[in-house]
Amino acid sequence: MKQEIIIAGFGGQGVLSMGKILAYSGLSEDKEVTWFPSYGPEQRGGTANVTVILSDDKISSPILNAYDVAIILNQPSMDKFESKVKPGGILIFDGYGITKPPTRTDIRIFRIDAMNTASNEGNSKAFNMYVLGGLLKICPMVTLESVMQGLKKSLPERHHRLLPMNETAIKRGMELIEQL
Amino acid sequence: MAEEVKFMKGNEAIAHAAIRYGADGYFGYPITPQSEIMETLMDERPWETTGMVVLQAESEVAAINMVYGGAACGKRVMTSSSSPGISLKQEGISYMAGAELPALIVNVSRGGPGLGTIQPSQADYFQTVKGGGHGDYRLITLAPNSVQEMADHVALGFDLAFKYNNPAMILTDGVIGQMMEKVVLPPQRPRKTEEEIRREQPWATLGKTKDRKRNIITSLELDPSIMEENNIRFQAKYRRIEENEVLYEETLCEDAEYLIVAFGSQARISQKVVEMAREEGIKVGLFRPITLWPFPKKQLFEYSKKIKGILTVELNAGQMVEDVRLAVECRIPVEYYGRLGGIVPTPDEVLVELKKLVK
Repeated sequence: MKQEIIIAGFGGQGVLSMGKILAYSGLSEDKEVTWFPSYGPEQRGGTANVTVILSDDKISSPILNAYDVAIILNQPSMDKFESKVKPGGILIFDGYGITKPPTRTDIRIFRIDAMNTASNEGNSKAFNMYVLGGLLKICPMVTLESVMQGLKKSLPERHHRLLPMNETAIKRGMELIEQL
Repeated sequence: MAEEVKFMKGNEAIAHAAIRYGADGYFGYPITPQSEIMETLMDERPWETTGMVVLQAESEVAAINMVYGGAACGKRVMTSSSSPGISLKQEGISYMAGAELPALIVNVSRGGPGLGTIQPSQADYFQTVKGGGHGDYRLITLAPNSVQEMADHVALGFDLAFKYNNPAMILTDGVIGQMMEKVVLPPQRPRKTEEEIRREQPWATLGKTKDRKRNIITSLELDPSIMEENNIRFQAKYRRIEENEVLYEETLCEDAEYLIVAFGSQARISQKVVEMAREEGIKVGLFRPITLWPFPKKQLFEYSKKIKGILTVELNAGQMVEDVRLAVECRIPVEYYGRLGGIVPTPDEVLVELKKLVK
């Protein structure tokens, strides 16, 4: 089993940390994992993306031609990565700020209105966990239990009281996602 | 007991490995994409545990001269930076080579020239393996291709530096520095005691004892006949290093008709290219120099007797390709593919270039 995933959006949306949680979740399941971020000024509001590979075998290149799953959180990322999803692959996007929805017919496309819901529910900081929940619903590459372990590892201990809130957000995301 | 598997960035692995090696000191100045090295050291506070000094110097030039000072006392000291900062350190590196001082220098290189970009690059290959600073000297150069090797090469670099009394460099880039992977860190070793340093580094300036002459650490020698002798001694040492310390890795090379030669991050990408090409029936293998100096010349020459061609894949305008061509003495075609200024090629792109060579 090998999952090649790109998560792309604005800096500050939790793109890199969502990738990190996914990576740690894979680690709890004894998978081989690479996490490769775009780095630099992105974290101050430009576009940010991270490539996460989960695999049963040793991973060669951390840099990829195409992805099994693309999680797209803004229009510039849609423009850049829609064409990079492998035929038969999965594209998940948040509807907020997407002016040109994806048009490909050879991939499975899902929409999750995580940004709006998270903010309506007063939980906008956990936005990325809603999205992660959506991903796990349609592509259960790791178990919820591993994700909670992954969250525990990637969050500093002083934030561990936020774990239940994150779990709620993940479960909420699982309800929100819909296939187009 | 199974060793604990950690998950971290290449830069972080270097910091942890340095503490566990029992390094005495780190002196640096922040620059992207390697700032996590000093950040991690500061977070770990090794001065409270092993006694390792971690100091943010006022500049790269100050940092390399602090390394010179530490090394002159026989201490295991290191610095790290990225390309523009490494350029600033070149005077110090040349002086250390001339004074025969061991130290570890890490270059998490970025696109240049000048301030360039913060994105990954291997454009410092020439600077690293052909000199960089002035004078006829060589820098032992290691090129890790994984987070595990980032950790392992800290001990390897220090050990080689102290074996030959010569500075050693880890030459890597932002792909390996910023990427997170699994890593097993080495066990914690104690720092060398003063008695051990006096025994193992009798040249160290730790304070003169009555039973010996004064130790003098310098690269200056105004008498040209002595300076020539010094240079001859350095060259003999470099030949010994070339004879004994070459490291490389071969993947699917046994039946290969073509080779990709690539190091560091580009070896990882090229490994995928080899997998893709093999699926299409192209008999290609990956030859990965782990030491860039000493370069695996003899091994590549042997391959030139049985293969049809070589493609080097580099994040520069074609630098290592010159050493590969020299190694195979132009007996077979050696082509190059690379991207510049911080762009990293995808495996697809490289496969297209490989097919041009195979055709």
